[in-house]
Amino acid sequence: MDKEAKVVEEVVIRFSGDSGDGMQLTGTLFSDTSALFGNDVSTFPDYPAEIRAPQGTVGGVSGFQVHFGHNAIHTPGDYADVLVAMNPAALKANARWIKNGGTIIFDKDSVSEKTLTKAGFETDNPVKELHLEGNNVIYAPISTMTKETLKDTGMDNKSILRSKNMFALGLCYYIFDRPLNFTENYFDKKFAKVPQIIEANKMVLKAGYNYGSNIQALPSYKINPAKQDNGLYRSISGNQATAWGLLAAAEKASLKLFCGSYPITPATEILMYLSQRKDMGAITFQAEDEIAGICTAIGASYAGKFAVTTTSGPGLALKTEAAGLAVITELPLVIVNVQRGGPSTGLPTKTEQADLMQALYARNGESPMPVVAASSPSDCFDWAFEAGRIALEHMTPVILLTDGYIANGTSPMKIKKMADLPTVKTHIAKANTDYQPYRRVDEELMIREWAVPGTEGLEHRIGGLEKMAVTGTVSYVPENHEVMSFERDKKVKQVAVNIPDIKIDGDNEGDLLVVGWGSTKGHLRDSVSAMRAEGKKVSFVNFNYINPLPKNTADVFNGFKNIVVAEINLGQFVNYLRMNFPQYQFKQYNKIQGLPFTVDELVSEFTKIMEEN
Amino acid sequence: MTEVATKKYTAKDFKSDQEVRWCPGCGDHAILNAVHRAMAELNHNIEDYAVISGIGCSSRFPYYMNTYGFHTIHGRAGAIASGVKTANPKLSVWQITGDGDGLAIGGNHFIHEIRRNVDLNVILFNNEIYGLTKGQYSPTTKMGTKTKTSPFGTVERPFKIGQLVMGAEGTFFARSLDTNIKHATQTFINADNHKGTSVVEVLQNCVIFSDKIHGWVTDKEHKLDRQLYLEHGKKMIFGKENNKGIAMDHGKLKVITIGENGHTEADVLTHDAHMDEPFIHLMLANMVGPDFPVAFGVIREVKENSYDMNVANQVAEVQANTKFSSMDDVLASGSTWTV
Repeated sequence: MDKEAKVVEEVVIRFSGDSGDGMQLTGTLFSDTSALFGNDVSTFPDYPAEIRAPQGTVGGVSGFQVHFGHNAIHTPGDYADVLVAMNPAALKANARWIKNGGTIIFDKDSVSEKTLTKAGFETDNPVKELHLEGNNVIYAPISTMTKETLKDTGMDNKSILRSKNMFALGLCYYIFDRPLNFTENYFDKKFAKVPQIIEANKMVLKAGYNYGSNIQALPSYKINPAKQDNGLYRSISGNQATAWGLLAAAEKASLKLFCGSYPITPATEILMYLSQRKDMGAITFQAEDEIAGICTAIGASYAGKFAVTTTSGPGLALKTEAAGLAVITELPLVIVNVQRGGPSTGLPTKTEQADLMQALYARNGESPMPVVAASSPSDCFDWAFEAGRIALEHMTPVILLTDGYIANGTSPMKIKKMADLPTVKTHIAKANTDYQPYRRVDEELMIREWAVPGTEGLEHRIGGLEKMAVTGTVSYVPENHEVMSFERDKKVKQVAVNIPDIKIDGDNEGDLLVVGWGSTKGHLRDSVSAMRAEGKKVSFVNFNYINPLPKNTADVFNGFKNIVVAEINLGQFVNYLRMNFPQYQFKQYNKIQGLPFTVDELVSEFTKIMEEN
Repeated sequence: MTEVATKKYTAKDFKSDQEVRWCPGCGDHAILNAVHRAMAELNHNIEDYAVISGIGCSSRFPYYMNTYGFHTIHGRAGAIASGVKTANPKLSVWQITGDGDGLAIGGNHFIHEIRRNVDLNVILFNNEIYGLTKGQYSPTTKMGTKTKTSPFGTVERPFKIGQLVMGAEGTFFARSLDTNIKHATQTFINADNHKGTSVVEVLQNCVIFSDKIHGWVTDKEHKLDRQLYLEHGKKMIFGKENNKGIAMDHGKLKVITIGENGHTEADVLTHDAHMDEPFIHLMLANMVGPDFPVAFGVIREVKENSYDMNVANQVAEVQANTKFSSMDDVLASGSTWTV
């Protein structure tokens, strides 16, 4: 680099443009490059539901935020150090996410009367109108320079402008001193059949990089690689990690995976990733609706597969009756719910944690089901594996909750060896034995045996009607219904026997305990760390096991003057805790904007709570 | 492919020890009997049968079977059976359903299992009424019928099951009836031998809520004139005197009498169940009295790969061409880096 680069610990960069501008790809390439460079990375895509929302409007803006650094990164970052805005609408949509004094790279060629009007500006100076003059605004002629770079290629204007995102990417690579080779290799693979496109993209990328080194106004940063455990790493999204975690559970159980699903945002990618794994013997059944998704999975489970169904909130609602069938027939099944904003269609591409009560209780009758939640894109692998383990080892349907934020976000994952993962036990009954469908072969854990059609001598009938304990014949005997209800309830409670104690992050006593569950872990942990750095006595506990809760849950609440439960809903986990632990006073902090928390807001809210007492 | 049985069975082997709780005189008894007989004759081991049902009178069926059985939830038997068969194509999977369970709440699964051509035997008991919920009209109830929920007569057009099957590009459609156990038995055997979704509509009598609903067809005195038994390759001849036949006249079917108006046996159509084009099958399936006899037997049976085999073949093909043998390979594939 020509000039002195500023060494920083971490940086947040946000790419934004029209939903057709390729911002998701630009962001992904930047984040993968940073991960390969050795930084810790967390990403967050933010895009409209429409594939091609009206061009040039604020509603059609697609964004992709990358947070990368020298230290461990737990969130995609609150505010952007650098914002790339490809048009006035992108600038407007993201103005609130720019750090005070941050850098804005704005395609000045995108400014015209038409684009300003479409984005709803009233003056011809969008930067002034948005009060962004205090920032370092680079008016880069991105479109012109892209056209100039490719003018001799013979490509038409439209095709040329399609690669302007690569100009912006090259520019950012200059600012952050990133190598171009990863992206160039990507072009080589992606466009192998059209060498002209490979060449054009490489030229534009390089031109962006060179433009950066030629102008003086740009800051340049150096972010050293992070200190990470030794090992093999890859970048992974929550949905991909979920798919692979499920496949890993199948492998460790020596079963083949069957996924019955219906496409739904933001869960569809899990079905997509599983459908790629026929090499692992996985079967994916793209069903005619959500109900058929879970029902084919139940059928496959009955037939001896490790069965899963994947969905989002509205789909879980449709699966409800069949989920109850899996409860009463005590068949192993993982139901993945990638939560999104609700109710109804709600905010399909936005995140929320508001399906907790649905997961726990939204079934007819006494219908207990274990619920676990993942906390980061990469740990979706672990929690999908764990959901599979519980389902198979405890003979029960299990709900795994993730959400749009971690499902679409990416983070680096240290690749685990299959040999290091625990074996998943199954309870498959052996041929020609004395089989009773509802005999508890493990009386402590209340587990019944799984007799798979095709196995000689185990022919039996199961179904949705209440069954006689042990024998499994249809029974309307009042006392038997109570016996069976207790057995099903105990079986789910006993899952706690095989789950680890929950640990407090920080001291076991203090002025404030911050409680969270699932995907808010990164933001909550960072906010607590920031407060601790100021000398405050704050600890943090994150729940991944929701039902049953870890055995020592009550213990962690002792020792604190205040307990606050923070979640992206109106207070579902806090009410669940109030119901289970009425002896404690739980305060709550909630946000429901379809967005993750910011560390800033959490610090300020938690500080307020401490000052109030 | 279903494995060849190594054991021999009698119908009794398929009877469970559970008391059969259908009403005395219900047509379900005969259908159960026919399924027991068909399974005894078919070439599967008893452990390779899976009988899947939804909700309704007919759906109690699995409890009366000595095979693997799964009594599921209303309308979903088709989806669950599809999952069972796709998970294990070696099984002989039977879906027991009715006109309410299969065509109303389960209508979506019904057309999609047929479209996919999952290798299932779908036995659809058609009594044109909801029996278990005590007498409401169903999707096959004839227009104008007075029921508990249509005291002034229904104002809905009913489904014609054969037409629905063929609209969904079904590869097998047959019709039988509860009053002819021998025919029902043979039809179920034919259904199981077909690789793909085999839909058998069984005209079934509900003695309580729609008694004699198929009375015109089953009436002992006139049945020979009102029932046409189709067999592939055979002339469509019926009648007490065995002298009536189905002929084609200007693109429409017509009943002719051999020896009258110059008609000879040569004018009578020969049944071709294997013809790809469904038009004649559709016309045969839609025949109703009083102008026509009702058609029984295998109306349509065309060869087409089944969904479950397509799935199994694709998995086998991918596995034969991959170097990956464990999730270790998958996890380490693509862009990775070492720290």
